[in-house]
Amino acid sequence: MTTSARPLPGPAREYHFPSFVRHTLANGLSIIVAPVEKLPVVTVLAVIDAGATNDPHGLEGLAQLTAEALREGTAKYTGLEILEGFERIGSSLEAGADWDSTIVSMTLLKEHVSKGQALLAELLTAPSFPENEIERLKAERLAERLQILAEPRGLADESFSKFLYPEGTRYSEPMSGNSTSISAIARQDVADFFASRYTPDATTLIIVGDVSVEEAVDLIEATLGSWKGEKAAGPSVERQATRRAKGLEVIRKADAAQAELRLGHKGVSRSHPDYFSVVVMNAILGGLFSSRINLNLREKHGYTYGASSYYDWRCEPGPFVIATAVQSEVVADALRETLSEIDRIRSEKIPEDELSLATSYLEGVFPIRYETTSAIAAALANLVVFSLPDSFYGEYRQNIRGVSTADVLKAAQTYVIPEELRVVIVGDPAIVVEPLEKLKFSDVSLQSPVEA
Amino acid sequence: MVRKLRAAPRRVTLPKHPNQFIKMRIPIETFSLDNGLFVTLSQDRTAPIVAVNLWYHVGSANERPGRTGFAHLFEHMLFQGSEHVGSNEHFELIQRAGGTLNGSTWLERTNYYETVPSNQLGIALWLEADRMGALLPAMTQAKLDMQRDVVKNERRWSIDNQPYGTWFERLSALVFPESHPFHHSLMGSMEDLSAASLDDVKEFFRTYYTPDNAVLSIAGDFDQHDARQQVEKYFGKIVRGDGKPQLTAMELPRTFGKPVRAVVKDDVALPRLYLAFRSPVFGSDGYYAASVTSAILGMRRGSRLHRSLVRERQIAADASAFTFDLAKGSDILVADVTARPETSPQKLEDEVNREIDKLMKEGASQQEVDRAIALIETDMVTAMQSASERADRLSMFATFFGEPGKLNEQSEKYHAVTAHSVNDFVTSSLGPDNRATLLFVPADTGEGKVSESADGVTATAAA
Repeated sequence: MTTSARPLPGPAREYHFPSFVRHTLANGLSIIVAPVEKLPVVTVLAVIDAGATNDPHGLEGLAQLTAEALREGTAKYTGLEILEGFERIGSSLEAGADWDSTIVSMTLLKEHVSKGQALLAELLTAPSFPENEIERLKAERLAERLQILAEPRGLADESFSKFLYPEGTRYSEPMSGNSTSISAIARQDVADFFASRYTPDATTLIIVGDVSVEEAVDLIEATLGSWKGEKAAGPSVERQATRRAKGLEVIRKADAAQAELRLGHKGVSRSHPDYFSVVVMNAILGGLFSSRINLNLREKHGYTYGASSYYDWRCEPGPFVIATAVQSEVVADALRETLSEIDRIRSEKIPEDELSLATSYLEGVFPIRYETTSAIAAALANLVVFSLPDSFYGEYRQNIRGVSTADVLKAAQTYVIPEELRVVIVGDPAIVVEPLEKLKFSDVSLQSPVEA
Repeated sequence: MVRKLRAAPRRVTLPKHPNQFIKMRIPIETFSLDNGLFVTLSQDRTAPIVAVNLWYHVGSANERPGRTGFAHLFEHMLFQGSEHVGSNEHFELIQRAGGTLNGSTWLERTNYYETVPSNQLGIALWLEADRMGALLPAMTQAKLDMQRDVVKNERRWSIDNQPYGTWFERLSALVFPESHPFHHSLMGSMEDLSAASLDDVKEFFRTYYTPDNAVLSIAGDFDQHDARQQVEKYFGKIVRGDGKPQLTAMELPRTFGKPVRAVVKDDVALPRLYLAFRSPVFGSDGYYAASVTSAILGMRRGSRLHRSLVRERQIAADASAFTFDLAKGSDILVADVTARPETSPQKLEDEVNREIDKLMKEGASQQEVDRAIALIETDMVTAMQSASERADRLSMFATFFGEPGKLNEQSEKYHAVTAHSVNDFVTSSLGPDNRATLLFVPADTGEGKVSESADGVTATAAA
């Protein structure tokens, strides 16, 4: 009834990441255009050198709030008019700050691009930051803080960052700030942050889709060519040199239906030369569905719906995280199994067929990742944010293929460090604490969820 | 070249763009195998990738009493191997081929899908055919027990340990009568998951996982002749099913007939209201006006609820609205509004209802209709960039209507919606006799603050 012979692949068709062209305007504004003609759709994305790591101490969340506040009024338009202007042409402007940059973007039908770009340019060059709108945005962020703290996953993520990075460092606080820092932000802080960081020489406009290079450059020149300003010498990003000893913290969540588990340590920066070895090693450890940690915790033991690991890539070393949510009763077992997988990947070379699973997956899905204009624009933004070479995407698959089993072992031994593992568990202390103490991973410290 | 936006909002009628539809018309070819498998092909050779998508016309609605959650548990079993495929090998083979994959279960259907490099189409089709044709030889009690544990952990993760996590099953229970196939929980109760047996797996497979109860769509980079041959080769010998039991009556009155209400005290930080209305089923003539109404009420920040309650009056932290897109019996339109910390549950409920009353009284303007259609159209066009989305939507229209070509008519259907048709829907369907209220109240406050005196009240404690 069915056929036992497994089909073999035919010859692969070649794929190239969309080609793109760079251009710089007289005012220092950079432009990247990638014409993609598949559908009448265009994504315009502005990436600005204004990340959460540029937030002044005590005003964490300022980069995020400034990005959102761009939409709330300009010299010519009220916030409501801007909102209506975008939505009338079937688009919405997304605005937010990541650790290392601010991203403002819109995806729209080709016929509306000039209208959308005129508005986007107005927001980038002449925002008015109305006081009442800033106060509303702050109140919305504060409401969001309450939601995150009531939500076990968000609480686990934030508690983990706090436990991982020393107090006072930017990475120890949430990217969008905490309730104290958000409350402290004044309208003038937003205006000052904008004035010092949103300048043409700190900005790259990326246009991807059904548009020619000439059309795109002309449009950007017409809308942003007269934008003036030079970036101020900003505070340099703090160094995160400290390594920390291992530890385990339980965040109290009485009657939790499950235990959220995070473990890891400070990882490596995006610009690290061993990037590709680390990517492949992580795919095998916890990056794929068929990864060791997921198969162990989910398919062998049924402890969880899913378990994964990742390196959070930032300009400075972001966290290396293993994340899962398990039935409360088995949290110590799940931790023990995870630690054993860490030992295993550090102690012996992986078999060739496990390596090829990871590399052929990463190679194969590469074109699937870039089907949409917004995904291509986001990929090009990463070139800017992390100062990657223009050849990065063209050479990506070749670099993945170049990783060997010896490279994976070395990456595991160098960048997964058992002595530095810190663990956060959000769960019911009555169930989770005793087995965790018996595991003798480290002392167990019981904490209540608190907001700064 | 760059036109200025007008400073003052004025009524603008967007020009219609008939050419847009032509540009957006994706190619569709269909055929059926002798065993009843319906196949849809849509070619797009811009990138060397291809999406394979199977819809089985079975969902939680088909579950029998005492087996809630079984359709979804069964979906997990489809990744546990088949006659020629080992346990978890399906995932491994697709990932090794450089592809992505998953499956999902809904009230009315279960889908399985892969996107692979186009030279790997064969392995995706072969894997799908092997589990459609010969799943049972690979099923064991140990695999069922393991997936039962995984699914119970999925339930804990996505429902029981999430603020408002029970909203979907509570709302389904509230808006569909007890005997209705959409009433019970999609994820299922822990008791029913524990009760599921290997015999249930066998019976469910034989009844529902048959070629004549499935639609296969292939979208992206393939050769038509080759794809057809491969489909025939791998699926052609699978035996047709014996038919499936009829669902119990799905038809429902157009409105609830009276206000329906439930209050839930839960471990949440902020009150949240789900206000639901019965609405015309997905794809029906009346559906598009209902869908546009949901966008007018709650799609993006310029919608009525967001603009009034979040932006202007600042009593809500967030607001949105959407339709479930159910194709049988009755669809549901839902407004979902979360209070600001200083807003009481009662005030939240009153203010949202006032916004609905206001829409009924003043009607939606042509400008609001145009805004909604413009946003919906951009979403539809951008979704078509992805081969996986194309294939999934083709499967949907083929499964529900036997006509995948309806996908190409959606833009026109939306453009045919007018302020008049929206307001007809608003008048007939948003009144007090068609409102179902599901109100989440923070467990440690809220006591005594919520009136429970309205008609049809049920107060429910958190499970």
